Amino acid sequence: MDRRQLEEAFFKGLMIASTVIIVGILFAILAVVLLKGAPLLSLSMLTQTPKGGYYLGKGGGILNAIIGSLYLAFGATFLSFIIAFPIALYLQEYARNRFASFVRLSLDILWGVPSIVYGAFGFTIMLYLGLRACLLGGIIVLTLLMLPIMTRAMDEVMRMVPHELRETSYAVGSTRLEALLRVVSRQALPGILTAVLLAFGRGIGDAASILFTAGYTDHIPHSLFDPAASLPLAVFFLLGTPLPEVQERAYAAAVILLVIILSTSVISRLLTTKWTKFVIK
Amino acid sequence: MNLKLTRKLKEVIASRLMLLITALSSMLIFVMILGLFLKARLILATQSLPELLLSTSWHPLRGEFGFYPFILGTIWVTVLAMFFSIPSCLLTSIYLTEYASAKIRAFIKPLIDLLAGIPSVVYGLWGILVVVPLVKDHIAPLFGYPTSGYCLLTGGFVLAIMVFPVLISVSEEVFRAVPHEVREISLALGATRWQTVKHAQMVPRIKGIIAAIVLGFSRAFGETMAVMMVVGNVAQVPSSVFQPAYPLPALIANNYGEMMSIPLYDAALLLAALLLLLIVLVFSVGARIVLLRIERRVV
Repeated sequence: MDRRQLEEAFFKGLMIASTVIIVGILFAILAVVLLKGAPLLSLSMLTQTPKGGYYLGKGGGILNAIIGSLYLAFGATFLSFIIAFPIALYLQEYARNRFASFVRLSLDILWGVPSIVYGAFGFTIMLYLGLRACLLGGIIVLTLLMLPIMTRAMDEVMRMVPHELRETSYAVGSTRLEALLRVVSRQALPGILTAVLLAFGRGIGDAASILFTAGYTDHIPHSLFDPAASLPLAVFFLLGTPLPEVQERAYAAAVILLVIILSTSVISRLLTTKWTKFVIK
Repeated sequence: MNLKLTRKLKEVIASRLMLLITALSSMLIFVMILGLFLKARLILATQSLPELLLSTSWHPLRGEFGFYPFILGTIWVTVLAMFFSIPSCLLTSIYLTEYASAKIRAFIKPLIDLLAGIPSVVYGLWGILVVVPLVKDHIAPLFGYPTSGYCLLTGGFVLAIMVFPVLISVSEEVFRAVPHEVREISLALGATRWQTVKHAQMVPRIKGIIAAIVLGFSRAFGETMAVMMVVGNVAQVPSSVFQPAYPLPALIANNYGEMMSIPLYDAALLLAALLLLLIVLVFSVGARIVLLRIERRVV
Protein backbone atom coordinates (compact mmCIF):
# COMPACT_ATOMS: atom_id res chain seq x y z
CA MET A 1 0.00 0.00 0.00
CA ASP A 2 1.58 3.29 -1.00
CA ARG A 3 1.31 6.60 0.80
CA ARG A 4 -1.62 7.82 -1.25
CA GLN A 5 -3.74 4.84 -0.43
CA LEU A 6 -2.74 5.07 3.20
CA GLU A 7 -3.82 8.70 3.26
CA GLU A 8 -7.08 7.76 1.57
CA ALA A 9 -7.78 5.03 4.09
CA PHE A 10 -6.86 7.30 6.98
CA PHE A 11 -9.17 10.12 5.96
CA LYS A 12 -11.97 7.79 5.03
CA GLY A 13 -11.67 6.29 8.49
CA LEU A 14 -11.82 9.75 10.04
CA MET A 15 -14.88 10.66 8.02
CA ILE A 16 -16.75 7.54 8.99
CA ALA A 17 -15.74 8.05 12.60
CA SER A 18 -17.00 11.64 12.67
CA THR A 19 -20.27 10.71 10.98
CA VAL A 20 -20.79 7.91 13.48
CA ILE A 21 -19.99 10.25 16.37
CA ILE A 22 -22.45 12.89 15.18
CA VAL A 23 -25.23 10.37 14.66
CA GLY A 24 -24.28 8.73 17.96
CA ILE A 25 -24.57 12.02 19.84
CA LEU A 26 -28.05 12.55 18.43
CA PHE A 27 -29.12 9.16 19.70
CA ALA A 28 -27.37 9.82 23.00
CA ILE A 29 -29.33 13.05 23.48
CA LEU A 30 -32.64 11.43 22.65
CA ALA A 31 -31.89 8.33 24.71
CA VAL A 32 -30.71 10.18 27.83
CA VAL A 33 -33.61 12.62 27.86
CA LEU A 34 -36.26 10.02 27.04
CA LEU A 35 -34.93 7.38 29.45
CA LYS A 36 -34.52 9.84 32.30
CA GLY A 37 -37.80 11.61 31.74
CA ALA A 38 -40.25 8.96 30.55
CA PRO A 39 -40.46 7.06 33.89
CA LEU A 40 -41.29 10.34 35.60
CA LEU A 41 -44.23 11.10 33.37
CA SER A 42 -47.57 10.64 35.04
CA LEU A 43 -51.17 11.37 34.27
CA SER A 44 -51.33 14.13 36.86
CA MET A 45 -48.34 15.76 35.20
CA LEU A 46 -50.31 16.02 31.97
CA THR A 47 -53.72 16.90 33.35
CA GLN A 48 -53.17 19.22 36.30
CA THR A 49 -51.86 22.69 36.80
CA PRO A 50 -49.25 23.20 39.55
CA LYS A 51 -50.78 23.10 43.01
CA GLY A 52 -49.52 25.10 45.97
CA GLY A 53 -46.00 23.98 46.79
CA TYR A 54 -45.45 22.31 43.41
CA TYR A 55 -41.98 23.77 43.26
CA LEU A 56 -41.26 22.31 46.69
CA GLY A 57 -42.18 18.79 45.66
CA LYS A 58 -45.95 18.79 46.22
CA GLY A 59 -48.49 17.48 43.70
CA GLY A 60 -49.77 18.94 40.49
CA GLY A 61 -48.65 18.98 36.89
CA ILE A 62 -47.56 21.20 34.06
CA LEU A 63 -50.81 21.42 32.15
CA ASN A 64 -50.39 25.20 32.30
CA ALA A 65 -47.16 24.94 30.32
CA ILE A 66 -48.51 22.42 27.82
CA ILE A 67 -51.60 24.52 27.07
CA GLY A 68 -49.58 27.73 27.11
CA SER A 69 -47.07 26.35 24.62
CA LEU A 70 -49.79 25.11 22.30
CA TYR A 71 -51.60 28.47 22.42
CA LEU A 72 -48.35 30.30 21.72
CA ALA A 73 -47.18 28.04 18.93
CA PHE A 74 -50.54 27.69 17.18
CA GLY A 75 -51.25 31.40 17.48
CA ALA A 76 -47.87 32.32 16.09
CA THR A 77 -48.01 29.71 13.32
CA PHE A 78 -51.38 31.04 12.23
CA LEU A 79 -50.25 34.66 12.28
CA SER A 80 -47.00 34.01 10.50
CA PHE A 81 -48.76 31.95 7.83
CA ILE A 82 -51.03 34.91 7.11
CA ILE A 83 -47.96 37.07 6.59
CA ALA A 84 -45.54 34.55 5.09
CA PHE A 85 -47.82 33.14 2.39
CA PRO A 86 -48.45 36.47 0.59
CA ILE A 87 -44.75 37.32 0.78
CA ALA A 88 -43.80 33.99 -0.77
CA LEU A 89 -46.38 34.51 -3.52
CA TYR A 90 -45.25 38.05 -4.14
CA LEU A 91 -41.64 36.96 -4.48
CA GLN A 92 -42.58 34.43 -7.16
CA GLU A 93 -44.28 36.58 -9.67
CA TYR A 94 -44.62 40.25 -8.82
CA ALA A 95 -41.32 41.32 -7.34
CA ARG A 96 -38.61 42.47 -9.69
CA ASN A 97 -35.33 40.60 -9.42
CA ARG A 98 -33.54 43.26 -7.42
CA PHE A 99 -36.34 43.75 -4.94
CA ALA A 100 -36.81 40.00 -4.59
CA SER A 101 -33.17 39.41 -3.73
CA PHE A 102 -33.28 42.27 -1.25
CA VAL A 103 -36.31 40.78 0.47
CA ARG A 104 -34.73 37.34 0.50
CA LEU A 105 -31.49 38.67 1.97
CA SER A 106 -33.36 40.61 4.62
CA LEU A 107 -35.36 37.52 5.57
CA ASP A 108 -32.20 35.42 5.68
CA ILE A 109 -30.65 37.92 8.06
CA LEU A 110 -33.78 37.85 10.20
CA TRP A 111 -33.51 34.05 10.27
CA GLY A 112 -30.09 34.42 11.85
CA VAL A 113 -31.10 37.00 14.46
CA PRO A 114 -30.71 35.41 17.91
CA SER A 115 -34.02 34.72 19.58
CA ILE A 116 -32.95 36.59 22.71
CA VAL A 117 -32.70 39.72 20.58
CA TYR A 118 -36.28 39.21 19.38
CA GLY A 119 -37.26 38.78 23.01
CA ALA A 120 -35.52 41.95 24.17
CA PHE A 121 -36.78 43.97 21.22
CA GLY A 122 -40.32 42.64 21.61
CA PHE A 123 -40.41 43.42 25.29
CA THR A 124 -39.15 46.95 24.71
CA ILE A 125 -41.97 47.54 22.25
CA MET A 126 -44.47 46.04 24.68
CA LEU A 127 -43.32 48.34 27.46
CA TYR A 128 -43.62 51.25 25.11
CA LEU A 129 -47.22 50.25 24.41
CA GLY A 130 -47.86 49.72 28.10
CA LEU A 131 -48.32 45.96 27.87
CA ARG A 132 -47.18 43.49 30.51
CA ALA A 133 -45.87 40.02 29.71
CA CYS A 134 -48.82 38.23 28.13
CA LEU A 135 -49.95 35.57 25.70
CA LEU A 136 -50.43 38.13 22.94
CA GLY A 137 -46.90 39.49 23.37
CA GLY A 138 -45.48 35.98 23.24
CA ILE A 139 -47.45 35.15 20.12
CA ILE A 140 -46.32 38.30 18.34
CA VAL A 141 -42.65 37.80 19.17
CA LEU A 142 -42.81 34.14 18.16
CA THR A 143 -44.46 35.25 14.92
CA LEU A 144 -41.49 37.50 14.18
CA LEU A 145 -39.17 34.58 14.93
CA MET A 146 -41.06 32.13 12.71
CA LEU A 147 -41.77 34.53 9.85
CA PRO A 148 -38.38 34.33 8.10
CA ILE A 149 -38.20 30.55 8.51
CA MET A 150 -41.64 29.96 7.09
CA THR A 151 -41.36 32.52 4.29
CA ARG A 152 -37.99 31.36 3.03
CA ALA A 153 -38.97 27.70 3.20
CA MET A 154 -42.19 28.39 1.23
CA ASP A 155 -40.34 30.59 -1.20
CA GLU A 156 -37.82 27.84 -1.93
CA VAL A 157 -40.48 25.22 -2.69
CA MET A 158 -42.51 27.58 -4.84
CA ARG A 159 -39.42 28.40 -6.86
CA MET A 160 -39.09 24.72 -7.67
CA VAL A 161 -42.45 24.68 -9.43
CA PRO A 162 -41.71 24.53 -13.17
CA HIS A 163 -42.24 27.78 -15.02
CA GLU A 164 -44.15 26.02 -17.80
CA LEU A 165 -47.05 25.35 -15.45
CA ARG A 166 -47.46 29.03 -14.76
CA GLU A 167 -47.18 29.86 -18.43
CA THR A 168 -49.78 27.26 -19.33
CA SER A 169 -52.10 28.83 -16.85
CA TYR A 170 -51.55 32.31 -18.33
CA ALA A 171 -52.13 30.87 -21.77
CA VAL A 172 -55.63 29.83 -20.78
CA GLY A 173 -56.29 33.35 -19.54
CA SER A 174 -55.71 33.33 -15.79
CA THR A 175 -54.49 36.36 -13.94
CA ARG A 176 -51.21 36.19 -12.01
CA LEU A 177 -53.05 35.80 -8.73
CA GLU A 178 -55.13 32.92 -10.07
CA ALA A 179 -52.07 31.19 -11.46
CA LEU A 180 -50.28 31.53 -8.14
CA LEU A 181 -53.19 30.40 -6.00
CA ARG A 182 -54.58 27.61 -8.15
CA VAL A 183 -51.49 26.25 -9.84
CA VAL A 184 -48.28 27.18 -8.07
CA SER A 185 -49.60 26.87 -4.52
CA ARG A 186 -51.26 23.59 -5.25
CA GLN A 187 -48.10 22.23 -6.79
CA ALA A 188 -46.06 23.39 -3.83
CA LEU A 189 -48.61 22.25 -1.25
CA PRO A 190 -46.49 19.51 0.36
CA GLY A 191 -43.59 21.91 0.64
CA ILE A 192 -45.78 24.66 2.06
CA LEU A 193 -47.01 22.25 4.69
CA THR A 194 -43.45 21.27 5.57
CA ALA A 195 -42.56 24.94 5.89
CA VAL A 196 -45.46 25.53 8.27
CA LEU A 197 -44.59 22.54 10.43
CA LEU A 198 -40.91 23.45 10.44
CA ALA A 199 -41.74 26.89 11.76
CA PHE A 200 -44.16 25.40 14.29
CA GLY A 201 -41.42 23.12 15.60
CA ARG A 202 -38.99 26.02 15.94
CA GLY A 203 -41.57 28.17 17.63
CA ILE A 204 -42.73 25.67 20.20
CA GLY A 205 -39.17 24.88 21.23
CA ASP A 206 -37.92 28.42 21.58
CA ALA A 207 -37.45 29.77 25.06
CA ALA A 208 -35.33 32.89 24.88
CA SER A 209 -37.80 34.94 22.86
CA ILE A 210 -40.77 34.33 25.17
CA LEU A 211 -38.83 34.59 28.40
CA PHE A 212 -39.87 38.22 28.94
CA THR A 213 -42.72 38.56 26.50
CA ALA A 214 -45.04 35.71 27.51
CA GLY A 215 -43.95 35.50 31.13
CA TYR A 216 -44.69 32.46 33.26
CA THR A 217 -47.65 31.57 35.41
CA ASP A 218 -49.20 28.60 37.16
CA HIS A 219 -52.56 29.25 35.55
CA ILE A 220 -53.92 28.49 32.14
CA PRO A 221 -54.33 31.80 30.29
CA HIS A 222 -57.95 32.83 29.77
CA SER A 223 -57.39 35.84 27.57
CA LEU A 224 -54.74 37.18 25.26
CA PHE A 225 -53.65 39.58 27.96
CA ASP A 226 -52.94 36.93 30.60
CA PRO A 227 -49.38 35.74 31.00
CA ALA A 228 -48.79 32.26 29.59
CA ALA A 229 -46.47 29.47 30.72
CA SER A 230 -44.62 27.37 28.16
CA LEU A 231 -42.86 24.01 28.05
CA PRO A 232 -39.32 25.19 27.28
CA LEU A 233 -39.49 27.67 30.13
CA ALA A 234 -41.00 24.99 32.38
CA VAL A 235 -37.91 22.86 31.70
CA PHE A 236 -35.68 25.82 32.40
CA PHE A 237 -37.36 27.00 35.59
CA LEU A 238 -37.87 23.53 37.05
CA LEU A 239 -34.19 22.77 36.54
CA GLY A 240 -33.39 25.98 38.36
CA THR A 241 -35.21 24.90 41.53
CA PRO A 242 -33.11 23.64 44.44
CA LEU A 243 -34.81 20.29 45.16
CA PRO A 244 -33.67 17.28 43.11
CA GLU A 245 -37.15 15.74 42.94
CA VAL A 246 -38.51 18.97 41.48
CA GLN A 247 -35.61 19.15 39.03
CA GLU A 248 -36.59 15.70 37.83
CA ARG A 249 -39.91 17.14 36.71
CA ALA A 250 -37.92 19.15 34.20
CA TYR A 251 -36.86 15.89 32.55
CA ALA A 252 -40.50 14.90 32.17
CA ALA A 253 -41.35 18.33 30.76
CA ALA A 254 -38.50 17.94 28.27
CA VAL A 255 -39.91 14.57 27.20
CA ILE A 256 -43.32 16.12 26.53
CA LEU A 257 -41.66 18.87 24.49
CA LEU A 258 -39.54 16.37 22.54
CA VAL A 259 -42.55 14.17 21.83
CA ILE A 260 -44.47 17.15 20.42
CA ILE A 261 -41.53 18.15 18.24
CA LEU A 262 -40.70 14.65 17.04
CA SER A 263 -44.31 13.93 16.18
CA THR A 264 -44.54 17.22 14.28
CA SER A 265 -41.61 16.16 12.17
CA VAL A 266 -43.03 12.65 11.62
CA ILE A 267 -46.44 14.09 10.69
CA SER A 268 -44.76 16.46 8.29
CA ARG A 269 -42.99 13.56 6.59
CA LEU A 270 -46.12 11.44 6.36
CA LEU A 271 -48.33 14.22 5.04
CA THR A 272 -45.71 15.26 2.53
CA THR A 273 -45.56 11.81 0.99
CA LYS A 274 -49.35 11.59 1.02
CA TRP A 275 -49.91 14.97 -0.60
CA THR A 276 -47.20 14.55 -3.16
CA LYS A 277 -49.69 12.37 -5.08
CA PHE A 278 -51.46 15.49 -6.29
CA VAL A 279 -48.35 17.08 -7.68
CA ILE A 280 -47.76 16.99 -11.41
CA LYS A 281 -44.28 15.73 -11.99
CA MET B 1 -67.51 42.14 -18.61
CA ASN B 2 -68.41 42.36 -14.95
CA LEU B 3 -66.70 39.09 -14.17
CA LYS B 4 -63.58 40.22 -15.94
CA LEU B 5 -63.61 43.42 -13.95
CA THR B 6 -63.85 41.68 -10.56
CA ARG B 7 -61.01 39.34 -11.52
CA LYS B 8 -58.85 42.26 -12.50
CA LEU B 9 -59.79 44.16 -9.38
CA LYS B 10 -58.87 41.18 -7.23
CA GLU B 11 -55.54 40.95 -8.97
CA VAL B 12 -54.75 44.60 -8.41
CA ILE B 13 -55.85 44.68 -4.78
CA ALA B 14 -54.05 41.45 -3.96
CA SER B 15 -50.82 42.57 -5.55
CA ARG B 16 -50.87 45.89 -3.66
CA LEU B 17 -51.59 44.12 -0.39
CA MET B 18 -48.84 41.60 -0.95
CA LEU B 19 -46.40 44.35 -1.80
CA LEU B 20 -47.30 46.14 1.41
CA ILE B 21 -46.80 43.03 3.55
CA THR B 22 -43.54 42.17 1.80
CA ALA B 23 -42.12 45.66 2.11
CA LEU B 24 -43.07 45.93 5.77
CA SER B 25 -41.54 42.56 6.62
CA SER B 26 -38.28 43.29 4.90
CA MET B 27 -38.06 46.53 6.87
CA LEU B 28 -38.31 44.63 10.14
CA ILE B 29 -34.57 44.21 10.50
CA PHE B 30 -34.03 47.96 10.17
CA VAL B 31 -36.81 48.67 12.63
CA MET B 32 -35.16 46.36 15.13
CA ILE B 33 -31.76 48.01 14.74
CA LEU B 34 -33.29 51.46 15.05
CA GLY B 35 -35.41 50.53 18.05
CA LEU B 36 -32.53 48.97 19.94
CA PHE B 37 -30.28 51.88 19.07
CA LEU B 38 -32.76 54.47 20.31
CA LYS B 39 -32.97 52.66 23.63
CA ALA B 40 -29.22 52.07 23.90
CA ARG B 41 -28.47 55.73 23.17
CA LEU B 42 -28.93 56.51 26.83
CA ILE B 43 -25.85 54.59 27.85
CA LEU B 44 -23.82 55.62 24.84
CA ALA B 45 -24.34 59.20 25.96
CA THR B 46 -22.66 58.56 29.30
CA GLN B 47 -19.72 56.49 28.14
CA SER B 48 -18.05 56.02 24.79
CA LEU B 49 -18.45 52.70 23.01
CA PRO B 50 -14.77 51.60 23.27
CA GLU B 51 -14.85 52.39 26.98
CA LEU B 52 -17.91 50.22 27.44
CA LEU B 53 -16.52 47.39 25.37
CA LEU B 54 -13.10 47.28 27.00
CA SER B 55 -13.87 47.92 30.63
CA THR B 56 -13.98 44.88 32.90
CA SER B 57 -15.92 46.35 35.76
CA TRP B 58 -19.58 45.37 35.76
CA HIS B 59 -21.34 47.07 38.64
CA PRO B 60 -24.73 48.20 37.37
CA LEU B 61 -25.75 49.70 40.69
CA ARG B 62 -22.72 51.98 40.64
CA GLY B 63 -23.36 52.77 36.99
CA GLU B 64 -20.34 50.86 35.71
CA PHE B 65 -21.06 48.79 32.65
CA GLY B 66 -17.97 47.05 31.33
CA PHE B 67 -18.88 44.53 28.66
CA TYR B 68 -15.40 43.07 28.29
CA PRO B 69 -15.93 39.88 30.37
CA PHE B 70 -19.18 39.13 28.55
CA ILE B 71 -17.75 39.75 25.10
CA LEU B 72 -14.80 37.56 25.93
CA GLY B 73 -17.13 34.89 27.29
CA THR B 74 -19.12 34.92 24.05
CA ILE B 75 -16.02 34.75 21.91
CA TRP B 76 -14.50 31.93 23.94
CA VAL B 77 -17.60 29.77 23.86
CA THR B 78 -17.91 30.34 20.13
CA VAL B 79 -14.24 29.58 19.44
CA LEU B 80 -14.39 26.38 21.48
CA ALA B 81 -17.53 25.33 19.66
CA MET B 82 -15.80 25.96 16.33
CA PHE B 83 -12.82 23.93 17.47
CA PHE B 84 -15.05 20.96 18.25
CA SER B 85 -17.42 21.18 15.34
CA ILE B 86 -15.52 22.34 12.25
CA PRO B 87 -13.34 19.26 11.68
CA SER B 88 -16.07 16.76 12.39
CA CYS B 89 -18.68 18.61 10.34
CA LEU B 90 -16.42 19.05 7.32
CA LEU B 91 -15.44 15.40 7.40
CA THR B 92 -19.06 14.34 7.75
CA SER B 93 -20.25 16.53 4.91
CA ILE B 94 -17.44 15.28 2.65
CA TYR B 95 -18.39 11.76 3.58
CA LEU B 96 -22.03 12.41 2.80
CA THR B 97 -21.40 14.08 -0.56
CA GLU B 98 -18.50 11.98 -1.86
CA TYR B 99 -18.37 8.61 -0.22
CA ALA B 100 -21.69 7.58 1.26
CA SER B 101 -24.10 5.50 -0.78
CA ALA B 102 -27.56 6.88 -1.45
CA LYS B 103 -28.95 4.52 1.16
CA ILE B 104 -26.69 5.77 3.94
CA ARG B 105 -27.40 9.36 2.97
CA ALA B 106 -31.11 8.72 3.05
CA PHE B 107 -30.67 7.37 6.56
CA ILE B 108 -28.41 10.09 7.94
CA LYS B 109 -29.90 13.24 6.41
CA PRO B 110 -33.25 13.02 8.24
CA LEU B 111 -31.39 12.34 11.47
CA ILE B 112 -29.39 15.52 11.05
CA ASP B 113 -32.60 17.43 10.30
CA LEU B 114 -33.98 15.97 13.51
CA LEU B 115 -30.95 17.22 15.39
CA ALA B 116 -31.74 20.70 14.05
CA GLY B 117 -35.25 20.52 15.46
CA ILE B 118 -34.35 19.70 19.06
CA PRO B 119 -35.10 22.73 21.24
CA SER B 120 -32.20 24.44 22.93
CA VAL B 121 -33.46 23.77 26.46
CA VAL B 122 -33.24 20.06 25.70
CA TYR B 123 -29.62 20.48 24.63
CA GLY B 124 -29.06 22.38 27.85
CA LEU B 125 -30.71 19.66 29.89
CA TRP B 126 -28.56 17.03 28.19
CA GLY B 127 -25.52 19.17 28.88
CA ILE B 128 -26.35 19.29 32.57
CA LEU B 129 -27.07 15.57 32.74
CA VAL B 130 -24.14 14.30 30.70
CA VAL B 131 -21.49 16.86 29.78
CA VAL B 132 -21.25 18.69 33.11
CA PRO B 133 -20.47 15.52 35.15
CA LEU B 134 -18.17 14.29 32.38
CA VAL B 135 -16.10 17.47 32.46
CA LYS B 136 -16.14 17.67 36.24
CA ASP B 137 -15.23 14.09 37.04
CA HIS B 138 -13.16 12.94 34.08
CA ILE B 139 -11.85 15.63 31.78
CA ALA B 140 -10.84 18.37 34.21
CA PRO B 141 -8.99 16.03 36.66
CA LEU B 142 -7.02 14.80 33.66
CA PHE B 143 -5.53 18.27 33.37
CA GLY B 144 -5.45 18.82 37.10
CA TYR B 145 -8.01 21.64 37.24
CA PRO B 146 -10.75 21.64 39.84
CA THR B 147 -14.06 22.73 38.33
CA SER B 148 -17.77 22.51 38.98
CA GLY B 149 -18.32 21.32 35.43
CA TYR B 150 -20.29 24.48 34.63
CA CYS B 151 -17.58 26.04 32.53
CA LEU B 152 -16.48 27.28 29.12
CA LEU B 153 -15.53 23.82 27.92
CA THR B 154 -18.99 22.44 28.63
CA GLY B 155 -20.67 25.45 27.01
CA GLY B 156 -18.46 25.18 23.94
CA PHE B 157 -19.14 21.48 23.59
CA VAL B 158 -22.92 21.80 23.88
CA LEU B 159 -22.87 24.71 21.41
CA ALA B 160 -20.76 22.67 18.99
CA ILE B 161 -23.42 19.97 18.90
CA MET B 162 -26.09 22.57 18.28
CA VAL B 163 -24.35 23.94 15.20
CA PHE B 164 -23.70 20.51 13.66
CA PRO B 165 -26.86 20.48 11.53
CA VAL B 166 -26.46 23.98 10.05
CA LEU B 167 -22.77 23.53 9.41
CA ILE B 168 -23.21 20.13 7.78
CA SER B 169 -26.03 21.19 5.50
CA VAL B 170 -24.40 24.42 4.33
CA SER B 171 -20.99 22.85 3.69
CA GLU B 172 -22.66 19.95 1.90
CA GLU B 173 -24.18 22.48 -0.47
CA VAL B 174 -20.79 24.05 -1.06
CA PHE B 175 -19.24 20.68 -1.93
CA ARG B 176 -22.18 19.79 -4.11
CA ALA B 177 -21.66 22.97 -6.11
CA VAL B 178 -18.41 21.57 -7.53
CA PRO B 179 -19.17 20.47 -11.09
CA HIS B 180 -19.20 16.73 -11.59
CA GLU B 181 -16.73 16.94 -14.45
CA VAL B 182 -14.01 18.33 -12.20
CA ARG B 183 -14.39 15.34 -9.94
CA GLU B 184 -14.34 12.90 -12.85
CA ILE B 185 -11.30 14.45 -14.48
CA SER B 186 -9.39 14.29 -11.25
CA LEU B 187 -10.34 10.66 -10.71
CA ALA B 188 -9.53 9.82 -14.34
CA LEU B 189 -6.04 11.22 -13.86
CA GLY B 190 -5.51 8.59 -11.24
CA ALA B 191 -6.03 10.66 -8.12
CA THR B 192 -7.50 8.92 -5.13
CA ARG B 193 -10.84 10.12 -3.85
CA TRP B 194 -9.26 11.96 -0.96
CA GLN B 195 -6.80 13.68 -3.28
CA THR B 196 -9.73 14.72 -5.44
CA VAL B 197 -11.52 16.12 -2.43
CA LYS B 198 -8.43 17.89 -1.21
CA HIS B 199 -7.18 19.44 -4.43
CA ALA B 200 -10.24 19.72 -6.62
CA GLN B 201 -12.83 20.54 -4.01
CA MET B 202 -11.46 21.89 -0.76
CA VAL B 203 -8.80 24.27 -2.05
CA PRO B 204 -10.84 25.97 -4.79
CA ARG B 205 -13.86 26.07 -2.50
CA ILE B 206 -12.05 27.43 0.50
CA LYS B 207 -14.01 30.69 0.40
CA GLY B 208 -17.27 28.82 0.29
CA ILE B 209 -16.23 26.61 3.16
CA ILE B 210 -15.29 29.61 5.26
CA ALA B 211 -18.59 31.24 4.35
CA ALA B 212 -20.44 28.11 5.45
CA ILE B 213 -18.59 28.13 8.73
CA VAL B 214 -19.25 31.82 9.35
CA LEU B 215 -22.92 31.31 8.59
CA GLY B 216 -23.10 28.41 10.99
CA PHE B 217 -21.50 30.45 13.70
CA SER B 218 -23.50 33.58 13.21
CA ARG B 219 -26.32 31.30 14.36
CA ALA B 220 -24.30 29.99 17.28
CA PHE B 221 -23.25 33.42 18.43
CA GLY B 222 -26.58 34.36 19.86
CA GLU B 223 -27.60 30.98 21.19
CA THR B 224 -28.91 31.66 24.65
CA MET B 225 -30.63 29.01 26.69
CA ALA B 226 -28.47 25.93 26.19
CA VAL B 227 -25.22 27.79 26.77
CA MET B 228 -26.60 29.74 29.69
CA MET B 229 -27.64 26.51 31.41
CA VAL B 230 -24.15 25.00 31.41
CA VAL B 231 -21.61 27.81 31.26
CA GLY B 232 -21.77 28.95 34.88
CA ASN B 233 -22.67 32.64 34.39
CA VAL B 234 -19.95 34.32 36.44
CA ALA B 235 -19.02 37.82 35.30
CA GLN B 236 -15.25 37.46 35.10
CA VAL B 237 -12.61 37.26 32.43
CA PRO B 238 -12.02 33.50 32.15
CA SER B 239 -8.41 32.36 32.29
CA SER B 240 -8.90 28.72 31.36
CA VAL B 241 -11.53 26.62 29.66
CA PHE B 242 -12.42 25.06 33.00
CA GLN B 243 -13.60 28.38 34.38
CA PRO B 244 -17.14 29.66 34.17
CA ALA B 245 -17.96 32.53 31.83
CA TYR B 246 -20.92 34.79 31.14
CA PRO B 247 -21.78 35.26 27.45
CA LEU B 248 -23.77 38.28 26.26
CA PRO B 249 -27.03 36.45 25.47
CA ALA B 250 -27.06 34.93 28.95
CA LEU B 251 -26.51 38.38 30.42
CA ILE B 252 -29.58 39.69 28.66
CA ALA B 253 -31.71 36.66 29.49
CA ASN B 254 -30.81 36.68 33.18
CA ASN B 255 -31.24 40.36 33.84
CA TYR B 256 -33.55 41.96 31.34
CA GLY B 257 -37.10 42.43 32.51
CA GLU B 258 -36.15 42.68 36.16
CA MET B 259 -34.00 45.74 36.04
CA MET B 260 -36.37 48.10 34.35
CA SER B 261 -36.24 50.44 37.32
CA ILE B 262 -32.68 51.47 36.49
CA PRO B 263 -32.85 53.12 33.07
CA LEU B 264 -29.12 52.87 32.45
CA TYR B 265 -29.12 49.15 33.16
CA ASP B 266 -31.97 48.70 30.73
CA ALA B 267 -30.05 50.66 28.11
CA ALA B 268 -26.89 48.62 28.73
CA LEU B 269 -28.71 45.33 28.15
CA LEU B 270 -30.30 46.62 24.98
CA LEU B 271 -26.89 47.76 23.82
CA ALA B 272 -25.77 44.16 24.34
CA ALA B 273 -28.69 43.00 22.20
CA LEU B 274 -27.81 45.55 19.54
CA LEU B 275 -24.19 44.35 19.52
CA LEU B 276 -25.32 40.75 19.04
CA LEU B 277 -27.64 41.78 16.24
CA LEU B 278 -25.00 43.82 14.42
CA ILE B 279 -22.32 41.13 14.68
CA VAL B 280 -24.71 38.51 13.35
CA LEU B 281 -25.78 40.90 10.59
CA VAL B 282 -22.23 41.60 9.40
CA PHE B 283 -21.22 37.96 9.43
CA SER B 284 -24.31 36.61 7.75
CA VAL B 285 -24.39 39.25 5.02
CA GLY B 286 -20.71 38.66 4.28
CA ALA B 287 -21.10 34.90 4.18
CA ARG B 288 -24.16 35.09 1.98
CA ILE B 289 -22.49 37.33 -0.55
CA VAL B 290 -19.65 34.83 -0.89
CA LEU B 291 -22.06 31.91 -1.16
CA LEU B 292 -24.18 33.70 -3.75
CA ARG B 293 -21.13 34.35 -5.90
CA ILE B 294 -20.22 30.69 -5.84
CA GLU B 295 -23.73 29.71 -6.79
CA ARG B 296 -23.70 32.12 -9.71
CA ARG B 297 -20.36 30.95 -11.01
CA VAL B 298 -21.54 27.37 -11.06
CA VAL B 299 -24.92 28.05 -12.60
